[in-house]
Amino acid sequence: MRKLILFLLALIVVAAGVVWFLSAPRPLAASAMDGLAGDADRGEQVFWATGCASCHAAPDAEGEARLVLAGGYRIVSPFGTFVTPNISPSDQGIGGWTAQDLAVALIAGVSPEGRHYYPSLPYTTYTRMELQDVADLKAFLDTLPASETPSAAHELSFPFNIRRTLGLWKLLYLDKDWITTAEGEEQERGRELVEAQAHCGECHTPRTALGGLDTARWLQGAPNPSGEGQIPGIAPGLLDWSATDIAYYLETGFTPDYDSAGGEMASVVRNMAHLAPEDRQAFAAYVKALPPVESNGGE
Amino acid sequence: MTRLSLMAGVVVAGLTATAAIGDSHADKAALDAVKARKAVMTLYSFNLGPLGAMAKGEVEYDAEAATAAAGNLAKVASQNQARYWMPGTDMDTLGLDVTHARPAIWEDGSKAGEIGGQLAEAAAALEAAAGGGLDSLRGAIGAVGKTCGDCHETYREPYN
Repeated sequence: MRKLILFLLALIVVAAGVVWFLSAPRPLAASAMDGLAGDADRGEQVFWATGCASCHAAPDAEGEARLVLAGGYRIVSPFGTFVTPNISPSDQGIGGWTAQDLAVALIAGVSPEGRHYYPSLPYTTYTRMELQDVADLKAFLDTLPASETPSAAHELSFPFNIRRTLGLWKLLYLDKDWITTAEGEEQERGRELVEAQAHCGECHTPRTALGGLDTARWLQGAPNPSGEGQIPGIAPGLLDWSATDIAYYLETGFTPDYDSAGGEMASVVRNMAHLAPEDRQAFAAYVKALPPVESNGGE
Repeated sequence: MTRLSLMAGVVVAGLTATAAIGDSHADKAALDAVKARKAVMTLYSFNLGPLGAMAKGEVEYDAEAATAAAGNLAKVASQNQARYWMPGTDMDTLGLDVTHARPAIWEDGSKAGEIGGQLAEAAAALEAAAGGGLDSLRGAIGAVGKTCGDCHETYREPYN
């Protein structure tokens, strides 16, 4: 009997060790960013495509003030409320970061101190970014105004406040593979924008009970992750706008009926308006090439 | 005691009846205001139609038609809309089946009126630019769309 108890105890210790090992933060190789010089002009395009300002500009910031990335935007979710941090180039923000630090944050979801970030930072998308794009983005972020606003803590309850659990979550949902197949240069560019940068799927794709994206229903619409109502599906069959309509919507916010984007999409359009016209067309080409959906997959 | 409570009962009943009559009047005025501002929104989108179609390249650029549509847009946007947006006509009071206007429009610190002014300015600029060629039209229509989004982002409850 005593032997059995000892055996079971040993088993628990081993299992705990395995879980601890599996849940460990895994940053990138220390040399990942070696030899990559950042170009701030290119980085500005990455900045608008990745949509940093939508969550990291102070709430209510308008115009040029959207470039002061003081944080403080509250993302309400079923797991608690995430408060976006200051990512301006200051002591309160990411002023002391290297390009490597940014790459580890965006691609591995790990902080410079070696802790997991919550996926409210959409690193499940950014993990597909090119390292050169991260270097360029860092160069651009360094040119922005500094803010000394301290970052506020997330408001999460047990067990979601244990960051280590995210290591297991990442095993399920942090995947560098592309979600769709793309044909030709334009669709490939669109895929890079949607699946690696603009994180459209974070709202337009439904989530599993564990809060990961249900990629089998990619861009087919979902309950609003932070509020009431429904985020529309944008795959063919759910959205039947022409490619021109989609590109124009991203430029101006005008729907084909000349209603205009509202809610959080208005902020997305404000970012997309800064992109090159070819990039907005690439979004449209990507969306039009998604597998058609028979009936409304979102509910 | 009985007389007192009877009197109180009559007074309460009277107040309730007055309030009910007041409500039905307010309802009519509120619904009319909602109807009026929805008509304004319809005129915005109807006049943006040909401008957007030209900007997208769906129809051929026509300086005269563009100027006419942008002129209409500018005129509608410059109206005094105070009565269209009378207090007490928000979605919480009237219900989402009537309006998606959020109460924040009428709260302290609301920027809705200011954004309305920006729309009027952007529409006037579009009227001036619309006849000056397709690129000129394309450049000016974006500023109009931006003011639409600025207001709808914060002050309109999404339809989805």
